[in-house]
Amino acid sequence: MNLLLPGMYMAADSALHRLDPRVKMGTALVLMVLAFAAHSLASYALLTTFVVIVAILSAAPPFALLRTLRTIFWLGCLMFFFHLFTTPGQALVAVGQFTITREGLLTGATQVYRLCLLVVISALLTFTTSPAQLAHGLEVLFKPLAQIGLPVREFAMVLTIALRFAPVLLEEIDKISKAQQVRGVDMYSRNPLRQMQSWVPLFVPIFVAAFRRAEDLATAMEARGFHGAQQRTRLHQLRMTRQDLFAALIALAVSLAILGLERSI
Amino acid sequence: MLIRVENLSHTYVSGTPLARVALHGVSLEVSSSERVGLVGRTGSGKSTLVQHIAGLLTPSEGQVLIDGIAAHERTIVARAARRRVGLAFQYPEDQIFEQTVFREVAFGPRNMRLNKAEIAERVRWALEMVGLNPAMESRSPFTLSGGEMRRAALASILAMRPEALILDEPTAGLDPHGRRELLARVRAWQVETGATLILVSHNLDELARVVERVIVLDRGQVAADGSARQVLSDSALLSAAGLDVPQSVTLLRALHEAGWDVRTDRLLPEEAVEEIVRVDAGHTTSLRALQSVEAM
Repeated sequence: MNLLLPGMYMAADSALHRLDPRVKMGTALVLMVLAFAAHSLASYALLTTFVVIVAILSAAPPFALLRTLRTIFWLGCLMFFFHLFTTPGQALVAVGQFTITREGLLTGATQVYRLCLLVVISALLTFTTSPAQLAHGLEVLFKPLAQIGLPVREFAMVLTIALRFAPVLLEEIDKISKAQQVRGVDMYSRNPLRQMQSWVPLFVPIFVAAFRRAEDLATAMEARGFHGAQQRTRLHQLRMTRQDLFAALIALAVSLAILGLERSI
Repeated sequence: MLIRVENLSHTYVSGTPLARVALHGVSLEVSSSERVGLVGRTGSGKSTLVQHIAGLLTPSEGQVLIDGIAAHERTIVARAARRRVGLAFQYPEDQIFEQTVFREVAFGPRNMRLNKAEIAERVRWALEMVGLNPAMESRSPFTLSGGEMRRAALASILAMRPEALILDEPTAGLDPHGRRELLARVRAWQVETGATLILVSHNLDELARVVERVIVLDRGQVAADGSARQVLSDSALLSAAGLDVPQSVTLLRALHEAGWDVRTDRLLPEEAVEEIVRVDAGHTTSLRALQSVEAM
C-alpha cells in the first residue's frame, strides 16, 4: 500500500483496537450526538477531555488524527464565516455592510469545533476498527431492521466488499492515470475541457477492471458455497468481555455527566 | 539520450507510520542505444525507479536527469523531456479504452498533436512492429485475445516513437511462445530505431537474450551494475539479491564443480552447448552429459 487516506484503518494492538466494535460504534454515535447537542463550556471541556483520553488509548499518531481535519478545512471556513457575518447581536467590527458580532464569533467557533469533534471521533473509530469489524458491528446494530424485511445481512456483505476493494481500486486508478500520463494525457490541466477529456481514458479502463474483478469475486464466492448471506457463521464471533462492559459503562457515565451538565444550566 | 539518476531516494507516504523507503541513494547512467535489464526481487524498488525515470514521481531526494533536464518538474521543458521516454507498466492492456485498435494506438500520437497522415503512418508502423495484422485496426480492442491486447497496448507506446522505452515485466502472463515472440519483436524494434531499452524482468533466461547490461536492485539500492555476461553469471550475487541464476549458468557451474574445465559465463543454452563441445573435443562424454541434462 503506497497510499494514505484520511481515516484509513491502522493496524495496531491498542486498548481501543481490542474493544468490541459494537461498543466503539455505539459510543461514537452517542458522542457525536452529544457534540451537537451540548451548549455549555463545561460539557465541551468534559467531552474534549474524554476524546483526548480515548485518542491516547488508541495509539493513533496525533498528527494523523489532526490531518483528518484537513478534509473539512474549507467546509469549516465556510461555516465559520457564514455564522460570523450573519448572526445578529452585539456588533464588534463593521466592514462595509457586513458586521461581525460577538454572538457570530461565538456561534461560528462553536459550530466549527463541533464539526472537528465529529471528524476526530469518526477518525478514531475508523483508525482502530478494521473494515470487516465495522461491517460486522453495523450488521449487529441494524439487526432490528431485519424484522421489517430489510436485507441487513446483504447490506453488511456489500459494505464489507466495498470497503475491502476501495484501496485496490485506488491503486488501480493510480496506475492507470500514470499509464495515460505517459501517453500524453494532461491529468492536471487547468483547462476544464481538457481535464474532462482526460477522464475518458482514465475511467473506461477502471470500469472494465472493476467489472472483471466483480465477476471474478462472484465466481470465487460461489465456488466456496456462498448463496446469499443467510445463515452465515463467522470465524470471529463478537463476544462482550469484561473490558468491553467496563468501557461501555465509562462511556455511559461520561454521556450522562454531559447530559447532567446541560440540564443544570 | 542520456538518462542520469543522481542519488535518488524515494519514501512512500513519508512522515506516517506506514512510511516505506522504496529507493535509497540510487545513482546510475544509461546512455543512448543501450539495452539494459533491471532486475530485483519483488519490492526491491524496480517499479519505483522506472516511474521516476518516466517523471511520474517526485523524488524524496536526488533527481533524474534526461539530457540534463529534471524529469519530474512541472515545466514545459520537463514535459517535453518526459515525452521522449515511453513506459509500459505491467499488464499494459489494462490501459486500453478506445473503440477501435486504430484509435487506441493513435491516442498517444494524437496527444502529441501530429497531423492525420503522420498519425496513420505511425499507427501502421507500430502495429507492424508488434506483429498485429493491419486488418485488426477497425476491431474493438476488447475483442482481441490477451496476447494481442498486450501487443496493441505496446504499439500504442511505440507509436509515440520514444527515444527510450521502459518495459515493466512485458511478458508477465503470456505463454512461452508469446513471451519469445514479444521479446524478439522488442529487440528488433530496438535495433531498427537505435533507441534506449530498459527491460524490467524476473526471468533472467529471457533477459539474457535481449540485454547487454544488467542492473541489480536489492532493497532499494544498486547491488550490481555491469555487463550481462558478468552479472548474470555471478550466482552468489544473484542469490543474495533473491534471484534465480540462468539455467545455462547453473548447468555450467555444476559441470565445473564436477571437474570439467568449462567457463561458467555462458548465458544462453546454445552458448552452453558450444562451451561443452569445445571442452570435450571428442564429443563422447558431452553427448552423455547433454542426455542427462535433457533427462532433468
